[in-house]
Amino acid sequence: MENGQGFFHSLYVDGDRCIGCSHCMKICPTEAIRIRDGKAHIDGERCIDCGVCYSECPMKAFQIMEDDFGEIHNYPHSVALIPAVFLGQFPDEIRVSRIYAALKDLGFRHVFEVESSALIYAEAKNRYAMENKDKEPLISSFCPAIVRLIQVKYPSLVDNIIPLKAPLDISATYALKKLTDQGVPRSEIGIFYVTPCAAKIAAVKSPVGEVKSIIDGVINMDSLYNIVFKKIKEQGKNYVFPPLETPRLSADAILSTLTNGERRICMAKRSYSIDGIHNVIDFLEKLENDEIEGVQFLELRACDQSCAGATLSCENRFLCSERMYGRARKAAERERNGEVPREREMDAHKEYLIECSGVEAVQPRSVLTLDPDISKALEKMEKIRRLKECLPQIDCGLCGSPTCDSLVTDHVCGKGSIKDCVFYQRYLERTGQMTPEECIDMMQNIWGGNRISGELRNKE
Amino acid sequence: MHLEYTVVEGDFVNAGTASSSVKKTLKQLNVQPAVIKRVVVALYEAEVNAIAHAYGGKVLVDIDSDKIKMTVADKGPGIPDIALAMQEGYSTARPEVRDMGFGAGMGLPNMQKNVDKLNVTSEVGVGTTVEMEVAFG
Repeated sequence: MENGQGFFHSLYVDGDRCIGCSHCMKICPTEAIRIRDGKAHIDGERCIDCGVCYSECPMKAFQIMEDDFGEIHNYPHSVALIPAVFLGQFPDEIRVSRIYAALKDLGFRHVFEVESSALIYAEAKNRYAMENKDKEPLISSFCPAIVRLIQVKYPSLVDNIIPLKAPLDISATYALKKLTDQGVPRSEIGIFYVTPCAAKIAAVKSPVGEVKSIIDGVINMDSLYNIVFKKIKEQGKNYVFPPLETPRLSADAILSTLTNGERRICMAKRSYSIDGIHNVIDFLEKLENDEIEGVQFLELRACDQSCAGATLSCENRFLCSERMYGRARKAAERERNGEVPREREMDAHKEYLIECSGVEAVQPRSVLTLDPDISKALEKMEKIRRLKECLPQIDCGLCGSPTCDSLVTDHVCGKGSIKDCVFYQRYLERTGQMTPEECIDMMQNIWGGNRISGELRNKE
Repeated sequence: MHLEYTVVEGDFVNAGTASSSVKKTLKQLNVQPAVIKRVVVALYEAEVNAIAHAYGGKVLVDIDSDKIKMTVADKGPGIPDIALAMQEGYSTARPEVRDMGFGAGMGLPNMQKNVDKLNVTSEVGVGTTVEMEVAFG
């Protein structure tokens, strides 16, 4: 979905489900949502695809675009690129080997875990960090919602973002290389990424700092969970499935997408990991003011409990996280017993993969600017200050904007009108500048035609 | 555009209120991020000084299309020797202030480094006024 200056968003509102309840509008961290005609509307310039609205919506009206599952059959060599948290979705009795078998039975010829490249990604970051001490604190590029947050709200920090592709792209590059090296033509290879969140899809379809992604399709993690779970149920308890052909990932790789996952394997002496978008915002405000000194590396994740709490996670984030820790403990034991973790097969191509993982520097795209011309921006700001006096400053949201401030800003930028404020309307009514009917019309323009048709009115 | 803030003695919790608010304003005005950073760092230092050393004061900010002027005026003990106070590492901060991580003697030098014009006037026993100016673009 192209939205505003060609920025791709995978999140959209299903107009049939949305009742315009405004829960999303109030919680959106970038104030990207307005209510018009009784429905939520997303401003493509402001949206960072964090998915907070998706999780908050009581009507499940937010949708995340995905490709049709059937498309995997168009490629003789279909590759499922699954995140470690996908395996954490299933109850303990369903083992990893069983999930792999189900994926193969469903038609995937190859299964790769995204985190296979976690350690190569970590090394690429460490190398970048060694050469770019002047850009500290360095911010991980792992979470695409955070990258976008910094672009729109903290433009002064874009140079601190490590310009590297995330493990998803590195693993995809490896899968592609492995198959083409075996002589499989590119046209027969279809790489399908199973995404735990909206931001990752947006990053695949419109990568920041990179021209085009090599991913052929995206499948939402909750959809695949349903498909796989159904398959396993159909096959029943006595189904004989092949053992896992490949070794498992290392503990470090499994844990890399959880909170502290990057930090525990980075070389920085002083680093922080922060999860939850509102926590990240608090921190970035301080960081931007230079109030935090001496930090070398920051692992920032939009979701609480990082990817275990991802938008498309169907399991409770703490249960998912604990399962992954359990899996990591077993992996660590296997490593102690001499098993070589699966990701080591990538080592032969390490230099190639690190070379491919660089991207152009991330560019700012601030949405806070009132006008590119500072004199005009100053005029607008004065106007905003004056008009704010007319509004009650209680952020009730009845105007269809999240706060009084956002309504005034919209008004001054020609995107809304302060006449939408119910308090201001009372003033206009009292001074004879607006009739009660006009006020009702304005309200219905925001909240939809049927909202003011209660029983009392019908009885009249 | 004129903005005003009040600084309260010993209120380290709210140090940075004025600089954060000014930062938000400058972002809306499309001022370059690097310039915003200099303004914020300098103003934050001045705020902390008024909180740590004086008995409170006022922050006055004037923004026009090519520059920002900031004045931090406090009522306090004043600075007997301004040239000495401008030296890096020179500090008269009380031990309890230092224990909080402030008072390293970098305040005025840091302001000097980040602004285009700095003017400090002080009268012992009355107070100190720090005037700073940063040009945009």
